[in-house]
Amino acid sequence: MGDTMFEKIWARHAVAEGPGGQTLLYIDRHLLHEGSTPAFVRLARTGRRVRRPDLCFATADHYVLTSPGAPAPDAEIRTMVELLTRHTGEQGIVFFAPGDARRGIVHVIGPEQGLTLPGMVLVCGDSHTATHGALGALAFGIGSSEVEHVLATQTLWQRKPRTLRITVDGALGPGVAAKDVILAIIATIGAGGGVGHAIEYAGSAIRAMSVAERMTVCNMSIEAGARAGMVAPDATTLAWLQGRPFAPAGEAWARAAAYWTTLASDAGARFDRETRLDAAAIAPTVTWGTSPQDALPITARVPDPAATADAGRRQGLERALAYMGLAAGMALTDVRVDRVFIGSCTNSRLEDLRAAAAVAKGRRAVVPAWIVPGSGLVKQAAEAEGLDRVFREAGFEWREAGCSMCVGMNGETARAGERVASTSNRNFEGRQGQGARTHLMSPAMAAAAAVTGRLTDVRTL
Amino acid sequence: MQPFTRLTAAAAPIDLPNVDTDRIIPARFLRKPQDTPGYDRFLFHDVRFDAGGAERPEFVLNQPPFRAAKILVAAENFGCGSSREAAVWVLAAHGIRAVIAPSLGDIFSQNCGKNGLLAVILPADAAAAVRRQLHATPGATLTVDLEAQTVTAPDGVIHRFEVDPFRKQMLLSGQDEIGLTLGYAAQIAAFEADHRASPPWLTAR
Ligand code: SF4
Repeated sequence: MGDTMFEKIWARHAVAEGPGGQTLLYIDRHLLHEGSTPAFVRLARTGRRVRRPDLCFATADHYVLTSPGAPAPDAEIRTMVELLTRHTGEQGIVFFAPGDARRGIVHVIGPEQGLTLPGMVLVCGDSHTATHGALGALAFGIGSSEVEHVLATQTLWQRKPRTLRITVDGALGPGVAAKDVILAIIATIGAGGGVGHAIEYAGSAIRAMSVAERMTVCNMSIEAGARAGMVAPDATTLAWLQGRPFAPAGEAWARAAAYWTTLASDAGARFDRETRLDAAAIAPTVTWGTSPQDALPITARVPDPAATADAGRRQGLERALAYMGLAAGMALTDVRVDRVFIGSCTNSRLEDLRAAAAVAKGRRAVVPAWIVPGSGLVKQAAEAEGLDRVFREAGFEWREAGCSMCVGMNGETARAGERVASTSNRNFEGRQGQGARTHLMSPAMAAAAAVTGRLTDVRTL
Repeated sequence: MQPFTRLTAAAAPIDLPNVDTDRIIPARFLRKPQDTPGYDRFLFHDVRFDAGGAERPEFVLNQPPFRAAKILVAAENFGCGSSREAAVWVLAAHGIRAVIAPSLGDIFSQNCGKNGLLAVILPADAAAAVRRQLHATPGATLTVDLEAQTVTAPDGVIHRFEVDPFRKQMLLSGQDEIGLTLGYAAQIAAFEADHRASPPWLTAR
């Protein structure tokens, strides 16, 4: 018997056992964004202070415009950034503000700055916080009341989730990306398959992934219902982290690295559940419906509700197809798209932009296609290697960092009925704009859709 | 926080599985403060109202017997997706006090508890049976008793449910959770001192 990585980190952060079997968990890092404002307001109303402003870091991402110079469409949107500026200023919290190249999507900049480190407990008032688990941290999304609780106490009451290990062994085929792996996982276990669980992703396919790819996988844990998803830190993790601004250096680095290498789950550790996938069986994948579990290989056809025996499921399928404007049985590669969005905390890192640029190079976008880097630093790095030129020459739009059309809180939405090939993480009804239709896929697949105007198997380009 | 003890009220069935929090409150309303007049209108906005702002008669909460529902009986994975607590605020603004489903989004379920809403997990067949009764007898009432941990269905069948003992205590008392935690200040301070001593990189800037 041994312990899982999750259990090791959990035990290290248990401050007290409380009433009813809950644990008071210590929080090492608290990341904040514009959505944190109501929590600051309630905190101020009760006259409480932020206990550890030095462990809080804020960025503006959801409400920042990614078209530089355009006026905010609405005073409320501008106010969201102003309020965060004021609250972080009053509380003495480091804020990566508009104009700072370190600003970007909260789940991109945390790891990028070395704020996210293995063995930490990290929270953020955002459901995609599991992204940070790619570095071997226990990271999970919380609600606004929990944000307020962490601000006031630097702790959270939590009931220990069950553990689920998802092992992906084997080698990914050509043209198959980390995004395809996580979409295949969600299709396998279902949108509610991970509810109540902390996921550990393991196996040779995960080990072979870069840190950015692991972040793509962990990012969408919540799309399978799990608040946390993690990958054990290894040599890849350490090499990626060393030298980051907030990572330890010198003697502290050596001590930290020695500790981090003890975090991996022990050989005999038992998980409450186990699932396995064969990497070689995963194809480039796209979603066709309005739940991330509605994912199929690009070579497949739109499912036929009539083939479903269960009445409830059949109704759900019919509703999804009606919303998506798709006919049962049509080839996915026949689905025409109206625009392309490459960005979001799932797929806006330098490697993602490289993968999209490799497809765009020498071709021409036939529909509006946006590239929205995950951070100002990602944007600079991409420009340093000329990716912006590749995209511009191919007719793509090169934009500023932010969440943008992943959720459209800043007003950057798709129009009703528009069909978007998107590298984001949610294809819910109305997610990218009222009536907008989303197909999720990898950056290379989204770039392929941009140059052909339809869902395309990137392997056939 | 408003305590939750026992509630007898009309209930509305939501049959669609995987109802996400974007559907419960679309993203463009998240910048509206909770005290915005008419906040309740944001609930299920894009499926409840048409483009002109008129009610869609087919939507369950627009149908007369369900308009005053204080309980939702939903399908699998209700409240999945985004962590937005506004999904709970807007349900509360509409008068919803309890949500019953075979499974709930984890963050949504936590958020319910922090706002005095009771989140109840019933087995899928029991939840489906209750939804069928609500369709058959629109406006029928349920009784949700937190102390006894029971849901009494319109047909009189009593379904027992499990609830986190901590959550139960907080809901019954309506206690301020931060206030409770501040009572652990000494333990937190001791933990911090020890934590800082061993992995110093956590606080090194
Ligand atoms: S990119 Fe999208 S999913 Fe990620 S934090 Fe921003 S809005 Fe949320």
